[in-house]
Amino acid sequence: MTAGPSAVRVVAEEETTRAHVDEWVEVCAFDDLLPWYGACALVRGRQVAIFRVGEGQDLYAIDNYDPIGRANVLSRGIVGDIGGELCVASPLYKQHFSLKTGQCIEQKEVSVPVYGVRVVDGRVQIAVS
Amino acid sequence: MRTRLVVVGNGMVGHKLIECLMGSDAASGFEVVTFCEEPRLAYDRVHLSEFFAGKTAEDLSLVEPGFYERHEVTVHLGDKAVAIDRAAKLVRSEQGRELPYDKLVLATGSYPFVPPVPGRERPGCFVYRTIEDLEAITEAARGRRVGTVVGGGLLGLEAANALKNLGLETHVVEFAPRLMTVQVDDGGGAILRHKIQDLGVRVHISKNTTEIVDGGAHAHRMSFADGDLLETDLIVFSAGIRPRDELAREAGLEMGSRGGIRVDDGCRTSDPDIYAIGECAVWNHQVFGLVAPGYQMAEVAASQLTGGEQRFTGADMSTKLKLLGVDVASIGDAHGRAAGARAYTYIDEPNRVYKKLVVSENGRRLLGGVLVGDAEVYGELLQFCLNGIELPPYPDELILPQREGKKTTGLGVDALPDAAQICSCNNVSKGRICAAIADGAHSLGALKQATKCSTTCGGCAPLAIQILNKELLRLGVAVRKGVCEHFPYSRQELYHIVRVEHHKSFEDLIAKHGKGLGCDICKPAVASILATCWNEYVLKKEHAGLQDTNDHYLANLQKDGTYSVIPRVPGGEITPEGLVALGTIAKKHGLYTKITGAQRIDMFGARVDQLPKIWREVVDAGFESGHAYGKALRTVKSCVGSTWCRYGVQDSVALAVLLEHRYKGLRAPHKIKMGVSGCTRECAQAQATDVGVIATERGWALYVCGNGGMKPRHADLFATDLDQETLIRYIDRFFMFYIRTADRLQRTSVWLENLEGGLDYLKDVVIHDKLGICAELEQEIADVIGTYECEWKKTIEDPEKQKRFRHFVNSDERDNKILFVEERGQHRPATREERQRLAESA
Ligand code: SRM
Ligand SMILES: Cc1cc2nc3c(=O)[nH]c(=O)nc-3n(C[C@H](O)[C@H](O)[C@H](O)COP(=O)(O)OP(=O)(O)OC[C@H]3O[C@@H](n4cnc5c(N)ncnc54)[C@H](O)[C@@H]3O)c2cc1C
Ligand code: SF4
Ligand code: FES
Repeated sequence: MTAGPSAVRVVAEEETTRAHVDEWVEVCAFDDLLPWYGACALVRGRQVAIFRVGEGQDLYAIDNYDPIGRANVLSRGIVGDIGGELCVASPLYKQHFSLKTGQCIEQKEVSVPVYGVRVVDGRVQIAVS
Repeated sequence: MRTRLVVVGNGMVGHKLIECLMGSDAASGFEVVTFCEEPRLAYDRVHLSEFFAGKTAEDLSLVEPGFYERHEVTVHLGDKAVAIDRAAKLVRSEQGRELPYDKLVLATGSYPFVPPVPGRERPGCFVYRTIEDLEAITEAARGRRVGTVVGGGLLGLEAANALKNLGLETHVVEFAPRLMTVQVDDGGGAILRHKIQDLGVRVHISKNTTEIVDGGAHAHRMSFADGDLLETDLIVFSAGIRPRDELAREAGLEMGSRGGIRVDDGCRTSDPDIYAIGECAVWNHQVFGLVAPGYQMAEVAASQLTGGEQRFTGADMSTKLKLLGVDVASIGDAHGRAAGARAYTYIDEPNRVYKKLVVSENGRRLLGGVLVGDAEVYGELLQFCLNGIELPPYPDELILPQREGKKTTGLGVDALPDAAQICSCNNVSKGRICAAIADGAHSLGALKQATKCSTTCGGCAPLAIQILNKELLRLGVAVRKGVCEHFPYSRQELYHIVRVEHHKSFEDLIAKHGKGLGCDICKPAVASILATCWNEYVLKKEHAGLQDTNDHYLANLQKDGTYSVIPRVPGGEITPEGLVALGTIAKKHGLYTKITGAQRIDMFGARVDQLPKIWREVVDAGFESGHAYGKALRTVKSCVGSTWCRYGVQDSVALAVLLEHRYKGLRAPHKIKMGVSGCTRECAQAQATDVGVIATERGWALYVCGNGGMKPRHADLFATDLDQETLIRYIDRFFMFYIRTADRLQRTSVWLENLEGGLDYLKDVVIHDKLGICAELEQEIADVIGTYECEWKKTIEDPEKQKRFRHFVNSDERDNKILFVEERGQHRPATREERQRLAESA
């Protein structure tokens, strides 16, 4: 969780592109997700915060653990954009984390892991390594 | 060798002198000792009457805590100087002190003059000058019905207001044929008298009191020279002031012909080592009964003592006051005594307004004026007068009513020279104000701090605000008003847009008036506005994603990701069954319990998945959501009131419960809190809440805009003697007006401090319906009240909604970061170290 932003982005990209079909874990129905809100899934021991941005199937997944507030709460933050960057605000102390990169916007040295997410036949799947 | 300075009298002016001296470069050259006859350090006598509105001696204090200690000024509190030995250069005190001096300053003020009427020393006769006087009056008024003030001058009317507020039938007895002889002329006096009589105060003019004896129905009977009689329970003498010059007189200093210690332009008495300042001094045959000239004298004396050159050149005696709610102002040569002076007068009998301008023979200069009933132009007229600004061609336009929005040829602040004195109390010029603004003082509060402007009588505040606004505009300081990057509108504007255009969803609003996706600032703000306007269920699909986590889970998020459960306990009143039920529920679900600071019970440590189960049981036990998570009404605290308390005069619990049910669920820019106390002892701390109510013998007193929290603020007295219906009407209007106009996350206290026109304006809007919106406000709040639903009840009835209350969408496992440890018989979140240890041992 202390990996720098670039490292995270690389891992994330590799994750989504290289992911073998077996590595995708099905977590819930797409309809279980509320528009403009998050939900948390347990995937291989990891807490993954999944966000549905808008009414459509635009999904993002980052870790649920807020490294600043030190609690598993990011899925319960408000989704929006800051300076054009899609992000979630931690419900604890309101720092923003990019949904695409996991980067904390206020504190450059902080970021959270990003995971792969997709919808297959109405089911949401997550890829973690 | 330091100069030993003794200051006799630690009143407003004596203290000012010490402040000036200690603020000067020469401070270290002085060893200062002061005698203070009163039992407390200098306080703000000008605002003495606010003591009745709940200000404490501490609030009124002028001495910043620690100031004297820091500057090593010795104060002999409660000790009075009784003699000056000029030959030995020492001062003797009542308690036997003998203090040598190099320089002596007399700042002994004045005493209230009590006419030599037989019977004036009877118990129940008072004067009005010190905090002790006011305490004695309050004590004596208890259980009494009638109070009389002798003297219809400025202070007399202020005292009359106090008696009225104490609930007494109030009389004013004036020797002269009109009120406020010094300040206003006959015409003004007549209007003033009618206006005051309209308020229920009985005014008796041309009455010479000859005797006070035992009364029949009341404690005293006053007899007048014309044979009339008046019965009253207590009497307050306020028939003028006399300089306290006895010390100086006995020491052989020169006196004024009608008393007072004679001083020269340097405030020096006939003894070059002795100065006199404030109300005890006479300069050029004049005594100054106002604080501003006293402050000027203090500055002059401080300058002289430190080798400076400042001189006293007389002072402007213009005044503006609100007496019994009536605006009265007098400027310069109000009586038109100057040679060739001519006057314009405007009289509006139906509305009881009187205005008079006194102009120079050629009509170009304003010499003076009188305003009764409407003193809005005071600041402007004063500037014309003080700065010798040329009058417009038709000076009467300055006092004629401005109808149909026509702005007359009034004076803009731009027309004032930099040297124009804006604040006479603290001698602050326009130039100094502008400089402070340029240095970053961008609010009235900051200006007050930087320049002391508007900190004494407050009369100059409107003008100061005008200058501030103009300057900010000129400096191009953009007052940022958009709530965030997504909306270029302030919260107030967004509220208006939502109402007027009937927006029911955030998406709608941002599509039409904003940009981007929104964020954690604008979403909850808009959610709150939508909730106030349409009162739809906050977890409705289109609103759910806008809510802050607290509103989303209808509970308060804790540091470890758990939530708290706070049921509503209206007025803090709870049945034994209710207590047992909450105890049972807490025990069953393993919750930590605590009595909150707001008279209810908090249950901590609930996981999201537990919330609906817990709330089902809480609702079944008869409780509702306490909205402890929302920017909404929190609690209405109460004290037991008349039902149980020996002193209670009204049923405060019943009112608190009623108010809490009325406003529960009302969403606002920030949380709102209320309190109701059953008598003035104020055990419910109502004055620390947004809306506080205190019972009196004659109804309810309403206080607004108090705050505990980070920056405590005492609530302001808003209205007294209200029956329940009027009380509720005012609160309805007050809340809606606040909700309409406040910024996001702005408590009522901060809102009021930023409200232009302040408390008076708020009263105009809420009580006098100045904006003509009260009917609307009442309708809007009625809509909210009429559509209240308990959010938790609704949530536990809807299985779809409950689905959201789980930690994982795909598992029933618990969040492994939520770990508790035992402490004091309950449990609490584990600290980081404890978590680590627990993880290791597992
Ligand atoms: C539980 C309680 C403390 C307690 O154990 O007694 C409490 C707890 C919190 N207060 Fe409070 N306040 C509590 C009574 C008060 C009081 C006392 C009162 O209401 O009489 C005050 C001062 C009065 C006032 O508001 O003027 C108070 C002034 C604050 C403030 C400062 C507000 C201000 O205007 O300066 C905050 C911060 C804020 O709201 O921005 C705050 C914020 C908070 C928060 C919500 C902080 C947070 O965001 O987590 C705390 C939530 C704890 C929780 O999870 O429930 N709390 N808080 C009290 C709940 C009362 C209730 O029954 O609802
Ligand atoms: C109710 C009220 C309302 C007022 N409203 C206004 C207003 O709106 N605007 C305005 O400009 N002015 C107003 N004033 C007048 C203003 O308060 C006075 O002008 C101001 O207080 C004068 O200050 P001072 O220091 O000269 O006298 P004071 O403030 O009276 O201080 C003199 C102090 O010296 C003490 N003292 C006297 N003799 C001795 C001694 N021998 N030894 C030790 N101590 C001694 C006294 O006890 C007193 O504490 C008001 C006054 C009152 C009472
Ligand atoms: S005072 Fe601070 S720590 Fe205590 S409850 Fe209030 S917000 Fe929390
Ligand atoms: S004029 Fe009195 S405070 Fe400014």
